[in-house]
Amino acid sequence: MFESLSTRLQGITERLRGKARIAEADLDVALREIRLALLEADVNFKVVKDFVARVRERAVGTDLLTGLNPGQQIVKIVHGELVAVLGGERHHLDLAAKPSVFMMVGLQGSGKTTTAAKLAVRLSKEGKKPLLVAADVYRPAAVDQLVQLGDQIGVEVHTRPVGTPALEVARSGLEVARQRGIDVMILDTAGRLHVDEAMMDELVRIVGSVTPAETLLVVDAMTGQEAVHVAEAFHAKLPVTGLILTKMDGDARGGAALSIRAATGLPVAFLGTGERTDGLEPFHPDRLAQRILGMGDILSFVERVQDNVDQAEAEKAAQRMMENRFTLEDFRSQLNQIKKMGPIGQLVGMIPGAGQMAGAAQEAVDSGQMKRVEAIIDSMTPDERRRPDIIKASRRRRIALGSGTSTAEVNRLLKQFVEMQRMMKMISGGKMPPGGGLGALLGR
Amino acid sequence: MGLRARPSGLGTRLRSILGADSPATEETWDEVEQVLIAADVGASTTLELVDAARARFRASGGRNGEDARRALATEIRDRLVRVESGRFELGDAPSVILFVGVNGSGKTTSIAKLAARLTAEGRTVALAAADTFRAAAVEQLRIWGEQLGVPVIAQRAGADPGAVAFDAVVAAESRNLDAVLVDTAGRLHNKQQLMDELAKIRRVIQRRLPDQPRHVLLVLDATTGQNGLMQAEAFSDEAGVTGIILTKLDGTAKGGVALGVADRLGVPILFAGVGEEIDALAPFDPEAFVEWLFAE
Repeated sequence: MFESLSTRLQGITERLRGKARIAEADLDVALREIRLALLEADVNFKVVKDFVARVRERAVGTDLLTGLNPGQQIVKIVHGELVAVLGGERHHLDLAAKPSVFMMVGLQGSGKTTTAAKLAVRLSKEGKKPLLVAADVYRPAAVDQLVQLGDQIGVEVHTRPVGTPALEVARSGLEVARQRGIDVMILDTAGRLHVDEAMMDELVRIVGSVTPAETLLVVDAMTGQEAVHVAEAFHAKLPVTGLILTKMDGDARGGAALSIRAATGLPVAFLGTGERTDGLEPFHPDRLAQRILGMGDILSFVERVQDNVDQAEAEKAAQRMMENRFTLEDFRSQLNQIKKMGPIGQLVGMIPGAGQMAGAAQEAVDSGQMKRVEAIIDSMTPDERRRPDIIKASRRRRIALGSGTSTAEVNRLLKQFVEMQRMMKMISGGKMPPGGGLGALLGR
Repeated sequence: MGLRARPSGLGTRLRSILGADSPATEETWDEVEQVLIAADVGASTTLELVDAARARFRASGGRNGEDARRALATEIRDRLVRVESGRFELGDAPSVILFVGVNGSGKTTSIAKLAARLTAEGRTVALAAADTFRAAAVEQLRIWGEQLGVPVIAQRAGADPGAVAFDAVVAAESRNLDAVLVDTAGRLHNKQQLMDELAKIRRVIQRRLPDQPRHVLLVLDATTGQNGLMQAEAFSDEAGVTGIILTKLDGTAKGGVALGVADRLGVPILFAGVGEEIDALAPFDPEAFVEWLFAE
C-alpha cells in the first residue's frame, strides 16, 4: 500500500542531476516525502517535526557521492539520523541481584504474558533459573495461560488462588524465588490503561514491595500516535528501564519505537516476533530504521555499492559513457564489480520495486549467461575489446571457439553492445532510453 | 456512545484554532491536519478529509473557525454514516458472527460483551471457542460463558478451528439459538497460512449454512496506527469483513485509523469498546465519535 521512501524520492533526482551538493531549496520536496513516510510509519507527529528539522540541517551542503542518486543519499542521511536516535548501546539486563525481579507492564493485549514466557526461555538458555509469577489477576484465564506456557517451556510458575490481590501474588512470588535459589523472577502483570489511576497505583505498590531490577514496558509494534502518551505515563509512575516491541513479525513499520525513544529516552531491549516461545530477538537499531522507512534492504544495497565499487573506476566508466567511449573492456570491468557485490538476485531484490527483476537477473546468472558473456569478452584481444567494429567473420569464429560458445552468441553480444552504446549516446544527449542496458546485453 | 472525555490537550487546541470569531486561514487548516494526524487518522486520509472539508467550507460560504469546524465534522460524520456505521442487525436465526483480528485486539472480550448485550435484549446465544491455538484461550471463553450463563461450544486445545465452528453452527441450529458468536485465534494479517485458515473456517460454516456468517467483525484496537489499514484490507480479502468493532476507546487513543478503514473498505464501524465492564460495548455513534475526535 505504501511506496517505499526511496521510490518516492526518485523524483528529486532529476532536480539534483549534475549538481555537486544538495541545496536547501532542493530539499523541500524530499523532506515532505520523508515527513509523510514517517507519519505513515506511526512516528509521533511532534517527533517527526524535530526529526525532519535535524535531517535538513545535516543534508544541506552534503557532497553528492557517485554511485548513489541524490534521493538515495538523502535516504542514507535519514537512516543515519534514525539509527542515532534509536540506537546507541545495547541494553543489558540487570541480573546482579539474586533473585532479580523483572516486571512486565503495558496496555491490554500488548503481549506481556507471551513475552514473559519468551524472556524466561531466553534466560534459561543463558543458564539462569527463572520463575514466572502470574500477577494478572483480572483477565479471565490469564493465570491459566501463563501456567500452560510454563509447562511448555519447563519453567516453574508461581500462582495464588483466584481472588488473591496482585500485590500479594508478587510478594509471595518473591519469597518463593528467594527460597528456591531463583536467579530471576519474571512478574506478569495485568494489562492496564495508562490513564487508569487505581490500576497504575497498584503497579506502584508492587514496585515498592518487590523492587524490580528491570521494569519492561511491552508495546505493540502496531501502536500509533498514542505510543508517546502511553510510554510517558508508565515512565512517569514507574521506574521503567526498557522497552520490548512485540508483534514485529507483522508488517507494521514500528514507528512507535522511535516516538518512545525520542520522548522518554528508554532503550529498546528486545523485539518480539511470532507466537513461538523462542521468538524474542535482540534489537538492532539499523534494521528497525530501515523498517520504519519501509525501504526493504536498500541500505544494505547502498552499503554494498559503497564498499565494493571503486569510486575512481566508477567515475572513469561514467566519464567514458558520457563521452561515448565505453568499450567492451569497460563493460567487462563493470561485470566484475557487480559480481563482487554478491548474489545478483539478492542484490537486485534489495532495490524496492525490483522484486520481479531479481528473479530474472539471478536466472541470467544461474543459467550461465553471464559467464558466457564474460567468456566471450575474455576471448577477445585487447584491441577487439576497445574497437569491437574490427570483429569480422573470422574473428567471430575464433572468439566463439575460444569461449566455447557459438558465433550466433558472439553476434548477439556484439549487436547488443552496439545497441547499448547507441542508448548511452542518447542518455548523454539528455534523452532516456526505453529500458535495455545490461539486461538486454545479457539476453533478457 | 459512552465515550468519556479525557484531557489530551488537542481539544483545547482545536477550539482555540477554530475559535468562533477568528477567520479561517491556511494556518487553521494546517493545524486541523495536525489534530487529525495526532488522532491516528493517517496522513493520506487526513489530506483527503481536509481537502473535502475545505471545499465544503467554501461552497457553504464559510468564513470563521466555527464554520471550518462544522465543515470538517460534517465531512467525517457523512463518511461514517454513508457506510451505515452503528447500524447492527442480527439477522435471521441462527445468525453466525465470526470475530477476526490481530493478536491482542480484544476479540474474546468483545465477544463476551456482545453476548451480554444480545442476551439482555432477550436473544439466545452460544459462544464458539475456535481459538484453539493460544494458551488458555478456550478457558478464557469458558469463564465468560459461565459468568453470562450462555453455552460455550469447545473442543480440546489444538483442535481444528473449522471443526469447532461447524459444531457450533450445528448446535445453534438444533437448539434454535438466535446467534452463535465464533471466537478465532488472533493472527497477523501478513501470515498467509493463518489467513487461509480463516477462509477455511468461513467455508466450513457456509457448507452448513450457505448464507452465513451473517457478520464477520474485525476487532480493531483503537491504539493501532496506520497498520490498521493493512490489517483491514487483508482480513477483508480473506474473511469478507462486514463490520468493525473499535476497542479500547476508554484510553486516550482516538482510533482515527478506523475512519480510513470504514471509508476505503466501505464497511461500517458497528460497536465501540469503552471499558473493562461487561456492558462497556456500545453501538457506534458517528456523531459522538466526531465529538470524541475533537474532545478535550
